[in-house]
Amino acid sequence: MEPVVHFRSAVALLGRFPALAGVDLDVGRGEVVLLQGPNGAGKTTLLRACAGLVAVVGGEARVLGEDLRLDRRTVRRRVGLLGHATALYDELTVADNVHFWARAAGASRADADGALTRLGLDGRLRDVAVHRLSAGQRRRTSIAAMLARRPELWLLDEPHAGLDAAGRDLVDGLVGEASAAGATVLVASHELERAQALAGRIVTVAGGAVVEDRVVADAS
Amino acid sequence: MLRDARLVAGKDLRLEWRSRVTIGQVAPFALLVLVLFAFAFDPDSGSLQRAAAGLFWVAVLFSSVLAVQRSMAMEAADGNRDALRLSLLDPGGIFLGKAAAVAVQLVVLEVVLLIGIAVLYGTRLTGAGLLLATCAPATAGIAAAGTLYGVLAAGLRVRETLLPLLLLPVLAPVLIGATQAFDAALQGDLGEGWPWVGLLTVFALLYIASGVAAFGPLLEES
Repeated sequence: MEPVVHFRSAVALLGRFPALAGVDLDVGRGEVVLLQGPNGAGKTTLLRACAGLVAVVGGEARVLGEDLRLDRRTVRRRVGLLGHATALYDELTVADNVHFWARAAGASRADADGALTRLGLDGRLRDVAVHRLSAGQRRRTSIAAMLARRPELWLLDEPHAGLDAAGRDLVDGLVGEASAAGATVLVASHELERAQALAGRIVTVAGGAVVEDRVVADAS
Repeated sequence: MLRDARLVAGKDLRLEWRSRVTIGQVAPFALLVLVLFAFAFDPDSGSLQRAAAGLFWVAVLFSSVLAVQRSMAMEAADGNRDALRLSLLDPGGIFLGKAAAVAVQLVVLEVVLLIGIAVLYGTRLTGAGLLLATCAPATAGIAAAGTLYGVLAAGLRVRETLLPLLLLPVLAPVLIGATQAFDAALQGDLGEGWPWVGLLTVFALLYIASGVAAFGPLLEES
């Protein structure tokens, strides 16, 4: 079966700087992979390249069967990216934001309502403007907007950041459910202990390249 | 594309309704421009009445820069542009939706400014049909060109200062055509105004077509 993510000697530039300098990575369907490495190693760029937001200019890059060097738009429709930014409109309510992004992704209102419920945002918070939320509540709203898309490939950049203990457990539960349902998950995180408990593989990125790739059983 | 345009326009107008920026900040700014013109011209010489059409459209253009900057700032904040790129929304639909929302805000401004020139300059609003027919294509043209140049400037670090420099020269034909048509309406010389309405319509269609074609690549690059 073709891997969901297949990068071979992939190169991506940020300006003139090679943010990805020959990445080799294969990730299969249903896998949960932790990306670790120091700041500036290329983890975020790798996730954004998988989402089709950063152009791969050298090597091979296929995601969900699509060649990213030929067409980056098609794959964007099938991935969910949770980045550092929450991608929410401050003056809109939690429900307005999740409904808008769900509809923009071709999902239904029911999908959006389901995501709101799953993230615990279906009560009083539903009609609160986003600028009134705490950082953790904003993060939950952002996760709900991503969940409503029903992505086949989850790209999570520091997904636990800003969340309380219950929120972190909720994210872990969602990742587990997604993986069990056949979705593939790439998680970039500095919270290694928590992320390692989720992941089946740990990939270490440094200098824009994969320097180590091991299954979790070997990680300790 | 039209479904996406409706979705984006609805979102932008809901944001505007919640923030009240047009009513609370842009409209007072536009009225302030009219008041400052009134200070600069001698009200007794009749020069204000003669220049009312031009002053009206200059105030609309200045205000449109603020409205466009606000419209694009919504998408620049907090990773929203990336989220738009990841969505299924047709870039042409995003352009049409954002331009439509800006146009609705400009219509509100124009109503306020029409009342303003009537009250402050003593202008008699004659030729209502021609006035309305001028506003429609001029507003569409300003909103379309503003949205197009707004996304062009959005990727630049100096976007706040660069946008007026890029946009206002492009809108010079709209300023000339709308002023001439408005002036004809206010003077009661309707036959002189309609050809300018035709020219404004051509410019509006040109800006809209350019925006639909170019918005996607510009969104990618910004």
